[in-house]
Amino acid sequence: MQARLLLEDGTLFTGRGFGAEGGSVGEVVFNTGITGYQEVLSDPSYCGQIVTMTFPLIGNYGINRDDFESIRPYIHGFVVRRHEEVPSNWRAQYTLGSLLKEYGIVGISDIDTRMLTRILRQHGTMKGIITTGNERIEELQERLGATPLLRDQVARTSTKSVFSSPGDKERIVLIDYGAKSGILRELTKRGCDVVVVPQDATAEEIRKLKPDGIQLSNGPGDPKDVPHAVETVRQLIGEYPLFGICLGHQLFALASGADTGKLKFGHRGGNHPVKELESGRCFITSQNHGYTVIEESLIGTELEVTHINNNDKTIEGLKHKKFPAFSVQYHPEAAPGPYDNSYLFDRFIDMIRAHKRDNPARSRQAELSETLRGELQYAQK
Amino acid sequence: MPKNNSLKKLLVIGSGPIVIGQAAEFDYAGTQACQALKEEGFEVVLINSNPATIMTDTNIADKVYIEPINLEFVSQIIRQERPDGLLPTLGGQTGLNMAVELAKAGVLEKEGVKLLGTQLTAIERAEDRDLFRALMRELDQPVPESDIVTTVQAAVDFANTIGYPVIVRPAYTLGGTGGGIASSEEELREIVDSGIRYSPIGQCLIEKSIAGMKEVEYEVMRDANDNCIVVCNMENFDPVGVHTGDSIVVAPSQTLSDREYQMLRSASLKIIRALNIEGGCNVQFALDPQSYQYYVIEVNPRVSRSSALASKATGYPIAKMAAKIAIGYTLDEIVNPVTGQTYACFEPTLDYIVTKIPRWPFDKFTSANRKLGTQMKATGEVMAIGRTFEESIQKAVRSLEIGVHRIFLKGANEIDDETLKARLVKADDERIFLVAEAFRRGWALQQIQDLSNIDWWFLDKIERIVQFEDVIRREPGLTKETLHLAKRNGFTDRAIAELRREGHPGGAHTQESEVREYRKAQGLTPVYKMVDTCAAEFEATTPYYYSTYETENEVLPSSKEKIIVLGSGPIRIGQGIEFDYSTVHAVWAIRNAGYEAVIINNNPETVSTDFSTSDRLYFEPLFFEDVMNVVEQEKPLGVIVQFGGQTAINLAAPLAKAGVRILGTTLESIDEAEDRKKFEALLRKLNIPQPKGTTVTSVDEAVDAAQALGYPVLVRPSYVLGGRAMEIVYSDEELLAYMKVAVKINPEHPVLIDRYMLGKEIEVDAICDGETVVIPGIMEHVERAGVHSGDSIAVYPPQSLTDEVKQQAIDITIKIAKELKTIGLVNIQFVVWQEQVYVIEVNPRSSRTVPFLSKVTRIPMANLATQAILGNKLKDLGYQDGLWPEDEFVSVKVPVFSFAKLRRVDPTLTPEMKSTGEVMGRDRHYAKALYKGLIGSGMKIPQSGAIIATVADKDKAEAIEILKGFYNLGYKLIATGGTADAIEAAGLKVRRVAKLSEGEPNIVDLIRTGQAQFVVNTLTKGKTPERDGFRIRREAVENGVVCLTSLDTVSALLHMLQALRFSSEAMPAFQA
Repeated sequence: MQARLLLEDGTLFTGRGFGAEGGSVGEVVFNTGITGYQEVLSDPSYCGQIVTMTFPLIGNYGINRDDFESIRPYIHGFVVRRHEEVPSNWRAQYTLGSLLKEYGIVGISDIDTRMLTRILRQHGTMKGIITTGNERIEELQERLGATPLLRDQVARTSTKSVFSSPGDKERIVLIDYGAKSGILRELTKRGCDVVVVPQDATAEEIRKLKPDGIQLSNGPGDPKDVPHAVETVRQLIGEYPLFGICLGHQLFALASGADTGKLKFGHRGGNHPVKELESGRCFITSQNHGYTVIEESLIGTELEVTHINNNDKTIEGLKHKKFPAFSVQYHPEAAPGPYDNSYLFDRFIDMIRAHKRDNPARSRQAELSETLRGELQYAQK
Repeated sequence: MPKNNSLKKLLVIGSGPIVIGQAAEFDYAGTQACQALKEEGFEVVLINSNPATIMTDTNIADKVYIEPINLEFVSQIIRQERPDGLLPTLGGQTGLNMAVELAKAGVLEKEGVKLLGTQLTAIERAEDRDLFRALMRELDQPVPESDIVTTVQAAVDFANTIGYPVIVRPAYTLGGTGGGIASSEEELREIVDSGIRYSPIGQCLIEKSIAGMKEVEYEVMRDANDNCIVVCNMENFDPVGVHTGDSIVVAPSQTLSDREYQMLRSASLKIIRALNIEGGCNVQFALDPQSYQYYVIEVNPRVSRSSALASKATGYPIAKMAAKIAIGYTLDEIVNPVTGQTYACFEPTLDYIVTKIPRWPFDKFTSANRKLGTQMKATGEVMAIGRTFEESIQKAVRSLEIGVHRIFLKGANEIDDETLKARLVKADDERIFLVAEAFRRGWALQQIQDLSNIDWWFLDKIERIVQFEDVIRREPGLTKETLHLAKRNGFTDRAIAELRREGHPGGAHTQESEVREYRKAQGLTPVYKMVDTCAAEFEATTPYYYSTYETENEVLPSSKEKIIVLGSGPIRIGQGIEFDYSTVHAVWAIRNAGYEAVIINNNPETVSTDFSTSDRLYFEPLFFEDVMNVVEQEKPLGVIVQFGGQTAINLAAPLAKAGVRILGTTLESIDEAEDRKKFEALLRKLNIPQPKGTTVTSVDEAVDAAQALGYPVLVRPSYVLGGRAMEIVYSDEELLAYMKVAVKINPEHPVLIDRYMLGKEIEVDAICDGETVVIPGIMEHVERAGVHSGDSIAVYPPQSLTDEVKQQAIDITIKIAKELKTIGLVNIQFVVWQEQVYVIEVNPRSSRTVPFLSKVTRIPMANLATQAILGNKLKDLGYQDGLWPEDEFVSVKVPVFSFAKLRRVDPTLTPEMKSTGEVMGRDRHYAKALYKGLIGSGMKIPQSGAIIATVADKDKAEAIEILKGFYNLGYKLIATGGTADAIEAAGLKVRRVAKLSEGEPNIVDLIRTGQAQFVVNTLTKGKTPERDGFRIRREAVENGVVCLTSLDTVSALLHMLQALRFSSEAMPAFQA
């Protein structure tokens, strides 16, 4: 089955189709990870994007039950040099092709993915259309021009209802902007009592859950497409210890008065070096973002840069100067990518504990007593 | 962290001679490191005994010592040079062991030398089995059940508790020397016995066998600030049980999910952090194919063969970074030299797949045990890059130069099913071809996996390649689509033609040239992609390319004139690092002359494939089609073939035929020197004497010719590589036996038969521009004709030649070079017989002795040759006809062998080359130079002790005279039957020892129990391993006892000992 990928700039790639038949429009991006295609295609942050893997052989170890980062993939297309149809791994249960087919995602293989990557690097990410149909080029061009890129990916990928993942330690409210499972996994691994709320949960709703800390998740798209989320975060900063990841980091920045902008072709892969300014140490991180916090916009805010990308020097981590709140642009939950940064979750929990220690009145016990006393006094009146 | 400014002068220890397990990769690493240190303004002092290396060039380090790497000499250099620091982790196991020895002997502390980079404690914790296991337990990292033993009995006891099979790993040895897998007590006893001897600390690890698991390696780096990165991971095609140096390896891993990849990555980093590695490190794992269970196999706290491979596979220069880390830099502040805009603190990501296949010496050592185990046997390796596994492995296979150009081995179809099964179970060097053969027989993938334990993924790929062959074979007419797919799967035009021929004899596209034309007519030509460390995420300007059949070509345009230099491919016996040395010099000369130097090579271990050596590096097979594609891409002024050994010379004819200009000596001249008949005619014409000889094409002719010449005769196939299959035969029977083997080796070429003259051999390398012939030096061989020149000790300047003989050699050299219109290098070998010089062989190319001679005469031979090739006149460069004035120092080149690694190989020196490397000894006096050379080659030369002699009858008279000399120096003589009689008859005391057939204790027991320091054994007739002589020689090798098989070597040793010894003469008696 023939498949084609047409870019906004007119470049046409013809290859073989795998996965579903049909066509879709999306922002074409590339990921440089060698392993981890299952995590990539199930990462909700790629919602609406046509993802190219730069490693040429994809599908080698199949698809397994355990490595999904969300319940379903949200990508609009998958581009590989070679689709490996016969996987070999003890956990493999499906092939890559069968998974894409199941979710109606069009895959294209046997194209010069390095050429595509170089185009994206030089010209920046761009819109593209992927199809297994026989449309004329003009038709494809027209459809490509007429179809806008998604702006509502966060709403599409977030949970619609609150759910909990019980634990016997700190209660964390995880605001789901299209969260990767990894974040929940890291929190529950540490015994946290996690309550996951939808992206449009209000500060008031969150307060009612009596959290010890707030986790802002990753998510797809431009942070400016979710102004309501920025507003909610603004209300929560200072009230609860807060940790933002990826889109959560950008929302934290916007809520603190900083600004964000689009990168030329983003950072997507598992090999990005991030320098922690305090220690001077460099960490290899897993990344997936097309937007970044603009450094100049920090002037006048209460934010301080904690981490930078050692290559392009863009901001990779922030903390609030007054309140217990910090964020990183990369993915400490890994999956895919290196586990080197999971210490950030420990740091978050330590921050929560320190906060509790320093603000005993704010502890649950104290709060509850206050409330009860208030109620009693009311009753006595 | 900025560099440490308290350091000014640094010492780097090289890895010494090339042996199996330690090859050119350390020249690559050492050269890179020295350059990096010089770049930072340090004064670099280098010690390495191997003259064939680029690193021992005086432009690489500020001071170069080509001296033996032992405590005595290195200490002396340290005292002389007073360096501030020492880098121990760049010279392989040799350099590392030397650093440990220096530290333990207190030399470093006493002389105030700081150990830089990874510290001694880390080295010990990684290398000492006991400490290592304790550390792994502490880190919660699983290691296979094991125990350290220092006696055979302890090994047996332990094996009885954990059960067989067990793996034996001797501590602190190269390439697993002396190790192996034992499935029974008997095997265990044998392996442990030798393992304990090979281990410098007499220690072996007995380990539960985890053979059959996946073997995965990680190349990791760490700096003093605890920044850690993984440069590359690799997966072995062959499961655990085959030494990683003997495994086919792919990078990156292919069958690991991200979770498994990260699990092992985290384990690697945990280990290097605990060890406090500052530099590069290699971690090897065994991974259960059915669970997350893994074991740490071993950790190498230094740059290694694998790190060289990882550097070439990713573009990330590990050794350079390790050197910078050692002097204080951290990864985040070192710029990534490939992109020039990002930093070294990141993890390279590949967008291609790399395949490495080892190159084994079994074509030379036909009697060797070809089974692969924990002891490495390969001498070299090839690497190939492709966008699919099929493309990558097929490129690698045709890079091997073993007469195959796809995964098809002639004769494999004749193997019976039972043998095939057995050989799939127990890997040998041909297993990949046998896997393909099994698929050709229609065996099921599952069955092949059950037999071989090779991962399903790899087997599936090979099955597809085999199936695709059928598609090519069967298709009625070769369509463009099939051709395109074939190219994308790595099939050569030659393979396609061959397959078409099988399917459609006499049909279209059954000749390579036809396929090529058809392919080009269809517009199917390769594009070149860049190796850039980052999968195109950042712009890179490193001109490091590989070919593939895709859309976009990335070769940067250039308006400069270009010259292509062909490299020499994998390191093998007869074609070693010496050729890479010349190649690199040629490239440098071309660049200096203002041209762009383009190199094509496939050996990941070398300096020539460092992307910074040339202007453009094409990592491609040295195969006609691949070379031709590069030529068509680059459109060079021409191609230089004379530096890449026989590999490149063999490509000259097909390239010239395709219209490519060969620069330097013309193809006709090459042919005139290499074609026996033309060569004989040439010598006759010039009136130059040569040993009587003739060329024969049938067995009957051979017998007649030999009888006419008179035995002994020297026989060999016409086109030779390192004396392959050359032998001296003494009778009709031996000749017939030889013809059987030789004809099989090379059916297309005739066999040469020469009268064998037992004279002195001399060798000359000369440079010629067509007009002037510069002879840098004449080398005299210690061993007489009959020992391959590469296995002889060579001495410069000659010590025993008359001026008359030298003049004859000079005159002949000039005559031949001019007659051949040589442009570039020429190597001529002579035999001196009764003061008459005869020509044995002319090689119209760079030779093995070029680096040695360049160093000792200080004439940059490859550079001059290149200048001549580029059209410069030697006269204009200040040179004239004739011999360059001789050096006041004496230099000897001593061969180094790897017999300990190759069981069943006879260590006797013969016309067939056996050495893998060389060392140099240089001093004011011959004896001292020879002493250094022999010590440097690893020979232990005790000043007293016993010599076991067992010599053939024909050698007895000569041997007795030499033994008398040893006797007079105080050595004891031990001998068997006839030799003992002869010694006694000469009036010397001798201890008689039983021959093998005479019961125990016999000669072999004496060797085993360390009662002799030297074994002198000359060859008796018949070369079957059962012979006593063979067993004696092997026993000596396996017990680390010096074994000498040429009386010339023994004689030289004697003279050296005599010269170095203070004389102790009794006072002359008073005359009454």
